[in-house]
Amino acid sequence: MDEIGAGFVRAMELILTLDPAIVEITVRSLIIAVASTAIATTIAVPAGGLLHFHNFWGKRAIINLIQTLYSLPTVTVGLLVFLLLSRSGPLGGLGLLFTPGGMVVGQTILIVPIMTGLTIAALSGITDQVRDSAISLGASKRQAIFTIMVEARAAMMAAVLLGFGRALSEVGVAMMIGGNIQGYTRVLTTAIALETSRGDIEFSMALGIILVSISLIVNLLVNRVQGRWWT
Amino acid sequence: MKGKVLQISAMALILALLCTAAAAQSVAGGGQKDRLRISTTTSLYDTGLLEEVEKIFENIYNVDVHIISAGTGIAIQYGVRGDVDLILVHDVVRERNLIEEGHGLSRSCFAYNYFIIVGPEDDPAGIKGMGAAEAMKTIMEQGIESPGLVRFVSRGDDSGTHAREKLLWKAAGLDYEELRGRWYVDAGKGMGPTLVMANEVAGYTLCDTSTFEAFRGDLALVPLIEEDEALLNVYAAIPVSPSVHPAVNCAMAVKFVNFLVSEEGQGLIAEYGTDTIGKPLFKAARGDCDLIGCFGDECAMPLAEDSCSLAAA
Repeated sequence: MDEIGAGFVRAMELILTLDPAIVEITVRSLIIAVASTAIATTIAVPAGGLLHFHNFWGKRAIINLIQTLYSLPTVTVGLLVFLLLSRSGPLGGLGLLFTPGGMVVGQTILIVPIMTGLTIAALSGITDQVRDSAISLGASKRQAIFTIMVEARAAMMAAVLLGFGRALSEVGVAMMIGGNIQGYTRVLTTAIALETSRGDIEFSMALGIILVSISLIVNLLVNRVQGRWWT
Repeated sequence: MKGKVLQISAMALILALLCTAAAAQSVAGGGQKDRLRISTTTSLYDTGLLEEVEKIFENIYNVDVHIISAGTGIAIQYGVRGDVDLILVHDVVRERNLIEEGHGLSRSCFAYNYFIIVGPEDDPAGIKGMGAAEAMKTIMEQGIESPGLVRFVSRGDDSGTHAREKLLWKAAGLDYEELRGRWYVDAGKGMGPTLVMANEVAGYTLCDTSTFEAFRGDLALVPLIEEDEALLNVYAAIPVSPSVHPAVNCAMAVKFVNFLVSEEGQGLIAEYGTDTIGKPLFKAARGDCDLIGCFGDECAMPLAEDSCSLAAA
Protein backbone atom coordinates (compact mmCIF):
# COMPACT_ATOMS: atom_id res chain seq x y z
CA MET A 1 0.00 0.00 0.00
CA ASP A 2 2.93 2.30 0.81
CA GLU A 3 4.25 1.82 -2.67
CA ILE A 4 1.00 2.92 -4.25
CA GLY A 5 0.71 5.95 -1.93
CA ALA A 6 4.29 7.06 -2.49
CA GLY A 7 3.95 6.48 -6.22
CA PHE A 8 0.80 8.57 -6.26
CA VAL A 9 2.41 11.48 -4.42
CA ARG A 10 5.44 11.47 -6.70
CA ALA A 11 3.20 11.17 -9.74
CA MET A 12 1.17 14.21 -8.68
CA GLU A 13 4.41 16.14 -8.19
CA LEU A 14 5.51 15.29 -11.71
CA ILE A 15 2.17 16.39 -13.11
CA LEU A 16 1.79 19.61 -11.10
CA THR A 17 5.34 20.77 -11.87
CA LEU A 18 4.59 20.16 -15.58
CA ASP A 19 7.54 17.82 -16.01
CA PRO A 20 8.71 18.49 -19.61
CA ALA A 21 8.93 14.80 -20.54
CA ILE A 22 5.38 14.20 -19.37
CA VAL A 23 3.98 17.29 -21.11
CA GLU A 24 5.68 16.31 -24.36
CA ILE A 25 4.34 12.76 -24.31
CA THR A 26 0.83 13.94 -23.41
CA VAL A 27 0.71 16.53 -26.19
CA ARG A 28 1.95 14.00 -28.74
CA SER A 29 -0.69 11.47 -27.63
CA LEU A 30 -3.43 14.05 -28.00
CA ILE A 31 -2.30 15.20 -31.45
CA ILE A 32 -2.10 11.66 -32.81
CA ALA A 33 -5.42 10.58 -31.30
CA VAL A 34 -7.20 13.75 -32.52
CA ALA A 35 -5.80 13.30 -36.03
CA SER A 36 -6.92 9.65 -36.09
CA THR A 37 -10.36 10.58 -34.80
CA ALA A 38 -10.75 13.40 -37.34
CA ILE A 39 -9.91 11.12 -40.26
CA ALA A 40 -12.01 8.28 -38.85
CA THR A 41 -14.99 10.66 -38.46
CA THR A 42 -14.88 11.62 -42.12
CA ILE A 43 -15.03 7.91 -42.97
CA ALA A 44 -17.33 6.57 -40.27
CA VAL A 45 -20.13 9.15 -40.31
CA PRO A 46 -20.86 8.96 -44.07
CA ALA A 47 -20.39 5.17 -43.99
CA GLY A 48 -22.81 4.86 -41.07
CA GLY A 49 -25.29 7.12 -42.85
CA LEU A 50 -25.10 5.11 -46.07
CA LEU A 51 -25.62 1.87 -44.19
CA HIS A 52 -28.54 3.24 -42.22
CA PHE A 53 -30.47 4.99 -44.97
CA HIS A 54 -30.06 2.41 -47.70
CA ASN A 55 -31.48 -1.05 -47.77
CA PHE A 56 -29.60 -3.66 -49.73
CA TRP A 57 -28.89 -7.36 -49.68
CA GLY A 58 -26.28 -8.29 -47.08
CA LYS A 59 -26.74 -5.13 -45.02
CA ARG A 60 -27.35 -7.08 -41.81
CA ALA A 61 -24.18 -9.14 -42.43
CA ILE A 62 -22.09 -5.98 -42.86
CA ILE A 63 -23.49 -4.50 -39.66
CA ASN A 64 -22.72 -7.76 -37.85
CA LEU A 65 -19.18 -7.68 -39.19
CA ILE A 66 -18.72 -4.07 -38.06
CA GLN A 67 -19.99 -4.94 -34.61
CA THR A 68 -17.62 -7.89 -34.43
CA LEU A 69 -14.72 -5.58 -35.26
CA TYR A 70 -15.50 -3.52 -32.13
CA SER A 71 -13.63 -6.11 -30.12
CA LEU A 72 -10.73 -6.45 -32.51
CA PRO A 73 -7.62 -6.65 -30.30
CA THR A 74 -5.42 -3.62 -30.86
CA VAL A 75 -2.33 -5.78 -31.34
CA THR A 76 -4.07 -7.60 -34.19
CA VAL A 77 -4.70 -4.30 -35.96
CA GLY A 78 -1.12 -3.38 -35.11
CA LEU A 79 0.20 -6.56 -36.68
CA LEU A 80 -1.93 -6.13 -39.79
CA VAL A 81 -0.89 -2.52 -40.33
CA PHE A 82 2.71 -3.46 -39.55
CA LEU A 83 2.69 -6.06 -42.33
CA LEU A 84 1.18 -3.46 -44.70
CA LEU A 85 3.62 -0.65 -43.87
CA SER A 86 6.79 -2.71 -43.43
CA ARG A 87 9.45 -2.21 -46.11
CA SER A 88 8.77 -5.76 -47.22
CA GLY A 89 5.00 -5.13 -47.27
CA PRO A 90 2.79 -3.72 -50.04
CA LEU A 91 2.91 -0.12 -48.74
CA GLY A 92 6.55 -0.22 -47.61
CA GLY A 93 7.56 2.43 -50.11
CA LEU A 94 5.62 5.09 -48.20
CA GLY A 95 8.11 4.84 -45.33
CA LEU A 96 5.32 5.20 -42.77
CA LEU A 97 6.43 2.46 -40.37
CA PHE A 98 7.79 3.84 -37.08
CA THR A 99 6.37 7.33 -37.77
CA PRO A 100 3.46 9.27 -36.19
CA GLY A 101 1.76 9.19 -39.61
CA GLY A 102 1.79 5.41 -39.53
CA MET A 103 0.26 5.47 -36.06
CA VAL A 104 -2.56 7.68 -37.32
CA VAL A 105 -3.23 5.17 -40.12
CA GLY A 106 -3.33 2.28 -37.63
CA GLN A 107 -5.51 4.04 -35.08
CA THR A 108 -7.91 5.18 -37.80
CA ILE A 109 -8.37 1.58 -38.95
CA LEU A 110 -8.84 0.58 -35.32
CA ILE A 111 -11.62 3.06 -34.52
CA VAL A 112 -13.54 3.30 -37.81
CA PRO A 113 -15.65 0.17 -37.07
CA ILE A 114 -16.78 1.29 -33.62
CA MET A 115 -17.51 4.81 -34.84
CA THR A 116 -19.46 3.51 -37.85
CA GLY A 117 -21.43 1.13 -35.67
CA LEU A 118 -22.25 3.81 -33.13
CA THR A 119 -23.28 6.20 -35.91
CA ILE A 120 -25.75 3.59 -37.16
CA ALA A 121 -27.01 3.10 -33.62
CA ALA A 122 -27.35 6.86 -33.23
CA LEU A 123 -29.40 7.17 -36.41
CA SER A 124 -31.52 4.15 -35.48
CA GLY A 125 -32.31 5.86 -32.20
CA ILE A 126 -34.29 8.52 -34.03
CA THR A 127 -37.81 7.20 -34.37
CA ASP A 128 -39.55 6.82 -37.68
CA GLN A 129 -41.96 9.45 -36.47
CA VAL A 130 -39.33 12.14 -37.01
CA ARG A 131 -38.88 11.06 -40.61
CA ASP A 132 -42.59 10.67 -41.18
CA SER A 133 -43.43 14.07 -39.76
CA ALA A 134 -40.61 15.69 -41.74
CA ILE A 135 -41.94 14.16 -44.93
CA SER A 136 -45.55 15.03 -44.04
CA LEU A 137 -44.40 18.61 -43.56
CA GLY A 138 -43.25 18.55 -47.16
CA ALA A 139 -39.54 17.63 -46.75
CA SER A 140 -37.77 15.91 -49.63
CA LYS A 141 -35.93 12.67 -48.89
CA ARG A 142 -32.62 14.56 -48.62
CA GLN A 143 -34.15 17.08 -46.22
CA ALA A 144 -35.56 14.21 -44.14
CA ILE A 145 -32.11 12.62 -43.90
CA PHE A 146 -30.66 15.95 -42.84
CA THR A 147 -33.33 16.34 -40.17
CA ILE A 148 -32.61 12.90 -38.77
CA MET A 149 -28.86 13.55 -38.71
CA VAL A 150 -29.41 16.83 -36.86
CA GLU A 151 -31.67 15.04 -34.39
CA ALA A 152 -29.01 12.34 -33.89
CA ARG A 153 -26.13 14.77 -33.44
CA ALA A 154 -25.68 14.18 -29.73
CA ALA A 155 -25.40 10.42 -30.09
CA MET A 156 -23.08 10.83 -33.08
CA MET A 157 -20.88 13.20 -31.10
CA ALA A 158 -20.71 10.52 -28.43
CA ALA A 159 -19.55 8.05 -31.11
CA VAL A 160 -16.75 10.43 -32.09
CA LEU A 161 -15.65 10.93 -28.48
CA LEU A 162 -15.67 7.18 -27.82
CA GLY A 163 -13.52 6.66 -30.91
CA PHE A 164 -11.14 9.28 -29.57
CA GLY A 165 -11.03 7.53 -26.20
CA ARG A 166 -10.19 4.21 -27.82
CA ALA A 167 -7.47 5.79 -29.98
CA LEU A 168 -5.92 7.52 -26.99
CA SER A 169 -5.87 4.51 -24.70
CA GLU A 170 -4.85 1.75 -27.09
CA VAL A 171 -1.34 0.37 -26.89
CA GLY A 172 -1.10 -2.32 -29.59
CA VAL A 173 -1.02 -0.10 -32.66
CA ALA A 174 1.06 2.59 -30.98
CA MET A 175 3.69 0.05 -29.97
CA MET A 176 3.86 -1.96 -33.20
CA ILE A 177 3.53 0.88 -35.71
CA GLY A 178 5.10 3.72 -33.74
CA GLY A 179 7.86 1.67 -32.16
CA ASN A 180 7.82 3.82 -28.99
CA ILE A 181 10.67 6.02 -30.25
CA GLN A 182 11.64 8.66 -27.72
CA GLY A 183 10.74 12.19 -28.80
CA TYR A 184 9.03 10.93 -31.96
CA THR A 185 6.42 8.23 -31.51
CA ARG A 186 6.37 7.74 -27.75
CA VAL A 187 2.84 8.28 -26.44
CA LEU A 188 1.19 7.86 -23.04
CA THR A 189 0.37 4.16 -23.36
CA THR A 190 3.69 3.03 -24.81
CA ALA A 191 5.58 5.15 -22.29
CA ILE A 192 3.64 3.45 -19.49
CA ALA A 193 4.57 0.04 -20.88
CA LEU A 194 8.22 1.03 -21.15
CA GLU A 195 8.60 2.69 -17.77
CA THR A 196 6.83 -0.20 -16.08
CA SER A 197 9.26 -2.67 -17.65
CA ARG A 198 12.08 -0.38 -16.56
CA GLY A 199 10.84 -0.31 -13.01
CA ASP A 200 10.07 3.44 -12.89
CA ILE A 201 6.76 3.05 -11.11
CA GLU A 202 6.19 6.74 -10.26
CA PHE A 203 6.61 7.91 -13.83
CA SER A 204 4.28 5.16 -15.04
CA MET A 205 1.70 6.13 -12.45
CA ALA A 206 1.92 9.80 -13.40
CA LEU A 207 1.27 8.91 -17.04
CA GLY A 208 -1.53 6.59 -15.99
CA ILE A 209 -3.18 9.33 -13.95
CA ILE A 210 -3.03 11.70 -16.93
CA LEU A 211 -4.54 9.07 -19.20
CA VAL A 212 -7.35 8.36 -16.76
CA SER A 213 -7.98 12.10 -16.31
CA ILE A 214 -8.28 12.65 -20.04
CA SER A 215 -10.61 9.65 -20.30
CA LEU A 216 -12.66 11.10 -17.46
CA ILE A 217 -12.98 14.43 -19.25
CA VAL A 218 -13.97 12.66 -22.45
CA ASN A 219 -16.58 10.66 -20.57
CA LEU A 220 -17.97 13.78 -18.95
CA LEU A 221 -18.21 15.32 -22.40
CA VAL A 222 -20.02 12.23 -23.68
CA ASN A 223 -22.52 12.47 -20.85
CA ARG A 224 -22.93 16.16 -21.34
CA VAL A 225 -23.45 15.71 -25.05
CA GLN A 226 -25.96 12.93 -24.52
CA GLY A 227 -27.78 15.10 -22.05
CA ARG A 228 -28.53 18.63 -23.06
CA TRP A 229 -25.81 20.29 -25.04
CA TRP A 230 -27.50 22.39 -27.63
CA THR A 231 -30.85 23.04 -26.02
CA MET B 1 -30.19 26.74 -33.48
CA LYS B 2 -29.05 25.68 -36.93
CA GLY B 3 -26.56 28.51 -37.04
CA LYS B 4 -25.02 27.39 -33.80
CA VAL B 5 -24.71 23.80 -35.02
CA LEU B 6 -22.99 25.01 -38.16
CA GLN B 7 -20.67 27.20 -36.15
CA ILE B 8 -19.67 24.37 -33.87
CA SER B 9 -19.19 21.94 -36.75
CA ALA B 10 -17.03 24.47 -38.57
CA MET B 11 -14.90 24.96 -35.49
CA ALA B 12 -14.52 21.23 -35.01
CA LEU B 13 -13.55 20.84 -38.64
CA ILE B 14 -10.91 23.57 -38.44
CA LEU B 15 -9.51 22.03 -35.27
CA ALA B 16 -9.36 18.61 -36.90
CA LEU B 17 -7.61 20.02 -39.97
CA LEU B 18 -5.10 21.88 -37.84
CA CYS B 19 -4.29 18.73 -35.91
CA THR B 20 -3.93 16.65 -39.07
CA ALA B 21 -1.62 19.31 -40.47
CA ALA B 22 0.41 19.29 -37.27
CA ALA B 23 0.69 15.52 -37.39
CA ALA B 24 1.71 15.62 -41.04
CA GLN B 25 4.22 18.35 -40.21
CA SER B 26 5.86 16.21 -37.57
CA VAL B 27 6.11 13.36 -40.07
CA ALA B 28 7.68 15.59 -42.69
CA GLY B 29 9.95 17.19 -40.10
CA GLY B 30 11.36 13.77 -39.26
CA GLY B 31 12.05 13.08 -42.91
CA GLN B 32 14.22 16.10 -43.59
CA LYS B 33 17.07 15.15 -41.32
CA ASP B 34 19.08 12.01 -41.89
CA ARG B 35 17.47 9.24 -39.90
CA LEU B 36 19.05 6.15 -38.36
CA ARG B 37 16.70 3.46 -37.14
CA ILE B 38 17.98 0.97 -34.62
CA SER B 39 16.12 -2.01 -33.25
CA THR B 40 17.46 -3.29 -30.01
CA THR B 41 16.87 -5.70 -27.20
CA THR B 42 15.03 -4.45 -24.14
CA SER B 43 17.89 -5.25 -21.76
CA LEU B 44 20.16 -2.85 -23.60
CA TYR B 45 17.59 -0.07 -23.87
CA ASP B 46 15.93 -0.30 -20.47
CA THR B 47 19.23 0.47 -18.72
CA GLY B 48 19.38 3.87 -20.45
CA LEU B 49 22.81 3.21 -21.97
CA LEU B 50 21.61 3.62 -25.53
CA GLU B 51 19.86 6.92 -24.79
CA GLU B 52 23.19 8.28 -23.58
CA VAL B 53 25.03 7.04 -26.67
CA GLU B 54 22.20 8.40 -28.83
CA LYS B 55 22.57 11.93 -27.45
CA ILE B 56 26.30 12.09 -28.10
CA PHE B 57 26.03 10.49 -31.53
CA GLU B 58 23.22 12.80 -32.64
CA ASN B 59 25.33 15.82 -31.73
CA ILE B 60 28.35 14.64 -33.68
CA TYR B 61 26.56 13.61 -36.88
CA ASN B 62 23.44 15.84 -36.88
CA VAL B 63 21.17 12.82 -37.37
CA ASP B 64 17.92 11.64 -35.79
CA VAL B 65 18.56 8.34 -34.08
CA HIS B 66 15.32 6.40 -33.62
CA ILE B 67 15.59 3.49 -31.25
CA ILE B 68 12.95 0.78 -31.26
CA SER B 69 13.28 -1.44 -28.24
CA ALA B 70 11.88 -4.97 -28.47
CA GLY B 71 12.85 -8.55 -27.72
CA THR B 72 15.78 -9.95 -29.70
CA GLY B 73 13.39 -12.07 -31.80
CA ILE B 74 11.35 -9.18 -33.15
CA ALA B 75 14.36 -6.83 -33.25
CA ILE B 76 16.00 -9.25 -35.71
CA GLN B 77 12.74 -9.55 -37.68
CA TYR B 78 12.71 -5.77 -38.17
CA GLY B 79 16.15 -6.08 -39.73
CA VAL B 80 15.18 -9.00 -41.97
CA ARG B 81 12.21 -6.98 -43.26
CA GLY B 82 14.34 -3.90 -43.89
CA ASP B 83 12.46 -1.77 -41.38
CA VAL B 84 15.56 -0.73 -39.46
CA ASP B 85 19.14 0.14 -40.42
CA LEU B 86 20.99 -1.40 -37.49
CA ILE B 87 20.35 -4.19 -34.99
CA LEU B 88 21.83 -4.35 -31.49
CA VAL B 89 21.10 -7.73 -29.94
CA HIS B 90 22.57 -10.61 -27.93
CA ASP B 91 22.02 -13.98 -29.57
CA VAL B 92 25.16 -15.13 -31.36
CA VAL B 93 23.50 -18.04 -33.20
CA ARG B 94 20.75 -15.96 -34.76
CA GLU B 95 23.18 -13.10 -35.42
CA ARG B 96 25.50 -15.32 -37.47
CA ASN B 97 22.51 -16.80 -39.33
CA LEU B 98 21.45 -13.28 -40.23
CA ILE B 99 24.81 -12.60 -41.85
CA GLU B 100 24.88 -15.96 -43.63
CA GLU B 101 21.44 -15.28 -45.09
CA GLY B 102 22.71 -11.96 -46.41
CA HIS B 103 20.49 -9.74 -44.25
CA GLY B 104 23.29 -8.61 -41.97
CA LEU B 105 26.41 -6.80 -43.12
CA SER B 106 28.77 -7.78 -40.30
CA ARG B 107 28.80 -8.59 -36.60
CA SER B 108 30.70 -6.34 -34.21
CA CYS B 109 30.80 -7.24 -30.53
CA PHE B 110 30.78 -4.06 -28.48
CA ALA B 111 29.82 -4.94 -24.91
CA TYR B 112 29.25 -7.88 -22.62
CA ASN B 113 28.19 -8.87 -19.16
CA TYR B 114 26.88 -12.06 -17.60
CA PHE B 115 23.47 -13.57 -17.22
CA ILE B 116 22.69 -14.58 -13.68
CA ILE B 117 20.39 -17.17 -12.23
CA VAL B 118 18.35 -15.48 -9.52
CA GLY B 119 16.03 -17.04 -6.98
CA PRO B 120 14.58 -16.71 -3.50
CA GLU B 121 17.10 -16.01 -0.78
CA ASP B 122 16.43 -19.30 1.04
CA ASP B 123 17.27 -21.16 -2.19
CA PRO B 124 14.80 -24.09 -1.82
CA ALA B 125 16.47 -26.11 -4.60
CA GLY B 126 19.93 -25.57 -3.09
CA ILE B 127 21.69 -24.46 -6.28
CA LYS B 128 24.09 -21.92 -4.83
CA GLY B 129 27.68 -22.67 -5.80
CA MET B 130 26.80 -24.99 -8.67
CA GLY B 131 27.69 -24.54 -12.33
CA ALA B 132 24.93 -23.06 -14.48
CA ALA B 133 23.92 -26.28 -16.27
CA GLU B 134 23.98 -28.33 -13.09
CA ALA B 135 21.86 -25.67 -11.36
CA MET B 136 19.23 -25.80 -14.10
CA LYS B 137 19.05 -29.58 -13.86
CA THR B 138 18.68 -29.39 -10.09
CA ILE B 139 15.90 -26.81 -10.37
CA MET B 140 14.03 -29.18 -12.69
CA GLU B 141 14.50 -32.23 -10.47
CA GLN B 142 13.51 -30.40 -7.33
CA GLY B 143 10.68 -28.71 -9.19
CA ILE B 144 9.17 -32.03 -10.26
CA GLU B 145 9.58 -33.37 -6.74
CA SER B 146 8.02 -30.40 -4.94
CA PRO B 147 6.28 -28.20 -7.47
CA GLY B 148 4.78 -25.91 -4.87
CA LEU B 149 8.20 -25.02 -3.52
CA VAL B 150 10.58 -24.86 -6.47
CA ARG B 151 9.62 -23.08 -9.66
CA PHE B 152 11.35 -21.75 -12.72
CA VAL B 153 9.90 -18.75 -14.54
CA SER B 154 10.85 -18.59 -18.20
CA ARG B 155 10.73 -15.51 -20.43
CA GLY B 156 9.10 -17.69 -23.07
CA ASP B 157 9.16 -14.82 -25.59
CA ASP B 158 11.87 -15.86 -28.04
CA SER B 159 14.17 -13.15 -26.69
CA GLY B 160 17.94 -13.45 -26.44
CA THR B 161 17.60 -14.39 -22.78
CA HIS B 162 15.05 -17.05 -23.67
CA ALA B 163 17.42 -18.43 -26.32
CA ARG B 164 20.14 -18.66 -23.68
CA GLU B 165 17.79 -20.46 -21.33
CA LYS B 166 17.19 -23.09 -24.02
CA LEU B 167 20.95 -23.47 -24.48
CA LEU B 168 21.36 -24.01 -20.74
CA TRP B 169 18.70 -26.74 -20.68
CA LYS B 170 20.51 -28.35 -23.59
CA ALA B 171 23.85 -28.11 -21.77
CA ALA B 172 22.16 -29.84 -18.82
CA GLY B 173 21.22 -32.69 -21.17
CA LEU B 174 17.52 -31.82 -21.19
CA ASP B 175 15.11 -31.20 -24.03
CA TYR B 176 13.51 -27.77 -23.74
CA GLU B 177 10.37 -28.95 -25.53
CA GLU B 178 9.84 -31.59 -22.86
CA LEU B 179 9.79 -29.17 -19.95
CA ARG B 180 6.29 -29.29 -18.61
CA GLY B 181 4.60 -29.19 -15.28
CA ARG B 182 3.53 -26.87 -12.57
CA TRP B 183 7.15 -26.04 -11.67
CA TYR B 184 7.84 -24.54 -15.11
CA VAL B 185 6.14 -21.18 -15.63
CA ASP B 186 6.17 -19.86 -19.19
CA ALA B 187 5.69 -16.12 -18.63
CA GLY B 188 5.78 -14.86 -22.23
CA LYS B 189 6.87 -11.43 -20.98
CA GLY B 190 9.80 -9.04 -21.04
CA MET B 191 12.59 -9.25 -18.49
CA GLY B 192 11.16 -6.78 -16.00
CA PRO B 193 7.69 -8.36 -15.77
CA THR B 194 9.29 -11.83 -15.68
CA LEU B 195 11.39 -10.80 -12.68
CA VAL B 196 8.32 -9.43 -10.94
CA MET B 197 6.50 -12.69 -11.60
CA ALA B 198 9.41 -14.81 -10.34
CA ASN B 199 9.41 -12.63 -7.25
CA GLU B 200 5.69 -13.18 -6.68
CA VAL B 201 5.86 -16.97 -6.99
CA ALA B 202 9.27 -17.17 -5.22
CA GLY B 203 10.75 -18.87 -8.27
CA TYR B 204 14.08 -18.99 -10.07
CA THR B 205 14.74 -17.25 -13.35
CA LEU B 206 17.52 -16.40 -15.77
CA CYS B 207 18.19 -12.68 -15.99
CA ASP B 208 20.64 -10.22 -17.45
CA THR B 209 22.59 -8.30 -14.82
CA SER B 210 21.52 -4.86 -16.00
CA THR B 211 17.78 -5.45 -15.74
CA PHE B 212 18.25 -7.19 -12.40
CA GLU B 213 20.12 -4.18 -11.02
CA ALA B 214 17.34 -1.86 -12.19
CA PHE B 215 14.72 -3.94 -10.35
CA ARG B 216 16.78 -5.12 -7.40
CA GLY B 217 15.26 -2.66 -4.93
CA ASP B 218 11.75 -4.00 -5.50
CA LEU B 219 12.63 -7.68 -5.38
CA ALA B 220 13.25 -10.29 -2.71
CA LEU B 221 15.24 -12.33 -5.24
CA VAL B 222 19.03 -12.64 -5.00
CA PRO B 223 21.64 -13.68 -7.58
CA LEU B 224 22.62 -17.30 -6.90
CA ILE B 225 24.83 -18.15 -9.87
CA GLU B 226 27.05 -15.49 -11.41
CA GLU B 227 29.94 -15.19 -13.84
CA ASP B 228 29.75 -18.76 -15.09
CA GLU B 229 31.26 -19.04 -18.56
CA ALA B 230 28.01 -20.55 -19.84
CA LEU B 231 26.27 -17.34 -18.77
CA LEU B 232 28.35 -14.97 -20.88
CA ASN B 233 26.11 -12.34 -22.50
CA VAL B 234 27.64 -10.63 -25.53
CA TYR B 235 26.00 -7.66 -27.27
CA ALA B 236 26.75 -7.19 -30.94
CA ALA B 237 25.88 -4.60 -33.61
CA ILE B 238 24.77 -5.73 -37.07
CA PRO B 239 24.08 -3.17 -39.82
CA VAL B 240 21.34 -4.36 -42.19
CA SER B 241 22.90 -5.13 -45.54
CA PRO B 242 21.95 -2.85 -48.45
CA SER B 243 22.26 -5.84 -50.78
CA VAL B 244 18.77 -7.05 -49.77
CA HIS B 245 17.20 -3.73 -48.75
CA PRO B 246 18.70 -0.88 -50.80
CA ALA B 247 16.70 1.73 -48.88
CA VAL B 248 18.48 1.23 -45.53
CA ASN B 249 20.75 3.93 -44.17
CA CYS B 250 23.80 1.69 -44.11
CA ALA B 251 26.40 4.48 -44.11
CA MET B 252 25.00 5.95 -40.88
CA ALA B 253 24.66 2.47 -39.35
CA VAL B 254 28.38 1.89 -39.98
CA LYS B 255 29.16 5.26 -38.37
CA PHE B 256 27.14 4.24 -35.31
CA VAL B 257 28.97 0.91 -35.02
CA ASN B 258 32.28 2.69 -35.37
CA PHE B 259 31.28 5.08 -32.60
CA LEU B 260 30.33 2.18 -30.32
CA VAL B 261 33.73 0.52 -30.80
CA SER B 262 35.71 3.77 -30.70
CA GLU B 263 37.77 4.67 -27.66
CA GLU B 264 35.05 7.09 -26.56
CA GLY B 265 32.22 4.59 -27.09
CA GLN B 266 33.99 1.74 -25.34
CA GLY B 267 34.89 4.04 -22.43
CA LEU B 268 31.27 5.13 -22.13
CA ILE B 269 30.08 1.51 -22.04
CA ALA B 270 32.66 0.47 -19.46
CA GLU B 271 31.64 3.28 -17.11
CA TYR B 272 27.89 3.34 -17.61
CA GLY B 273 25.98 2.78 -14.40
CA THR B 274 28.75 3.92 -12.06
CA ASP B 275 26.91 7.18 -11.23
CA THR B 276 23.46 5.70 -10.78
CA ILE B 277 23.92 2.18 -9.45
CA GLY B 278 27.45 2.44 -8.12
CA LYS B 279 28.95 -0.13 -10.44
CA PRO B 280 29.25 -0.55 -14.19
CA LEU B 281 26.47 -2.54 -15.87
CA PHE B 282 28.48 -3.58 -18.92
CA LYS B 283 32.06 -4.38 -19.82
CA ALA B 284 33.66 -3.06 -22.99
CA ALA B 285 34.30 -5.76 -25.59
CA ARG B 286 37.62 -4.41 -26.80
CA GLY B 287 40.51 -6.23 -25.15
CA ASP B 288 38.36 -9.17 -24.03
CA CYS B 289 37.51 -10.55 -27.48
CA ASP B 290 39.09 -13.96 -26.87
CA LEU B 291 37.25 -14.37 -23.59
CA ILE B 292 33.87 -13.57 -25.15
CA GLY B 293 34.40 -15.55 -28.34
CA CYS B 294 34.46 -12.69 -30.83
CA PHE B 295 37.26 -13.45 -33.21
CA GLY B 296 38.71 -11.64 -36.22
CA ASP B 297 36.30 -9.16 -37.78
CA GLU B 298 33.83 -9.55 -34.94
CA CYS B 299 36.19 -8.08 -32.37
CA ALA B 300 35.07 -4.51 -31.66
CA MET B 301 36.97 -3.10 -34.63
CA PRO B 302 35.84 -0.16 -36.78
CA LEU B 303 34.19 -1.14 -40.06
CA ALA B 304 35.64 0.11 -43.34
CA GLU B 305 33.88 3.21 -44.72
CA ASP B 306 33.20 1.45 -48.01
CA SER B 307 31.68 -1.73 -46.52
CA CYS B 308 28.20 -0.53 -47.51
CA SER B 309 28.97 0.20 -51.14
CA LEU B 310 30.86 -3.11 -51.40
CA ALA B 311 27.85 -5.01 -50.06
CA ALA B 312 25.42 -3.15 -52.31
CA ALA B 313 27.46 -3.88 -55.43
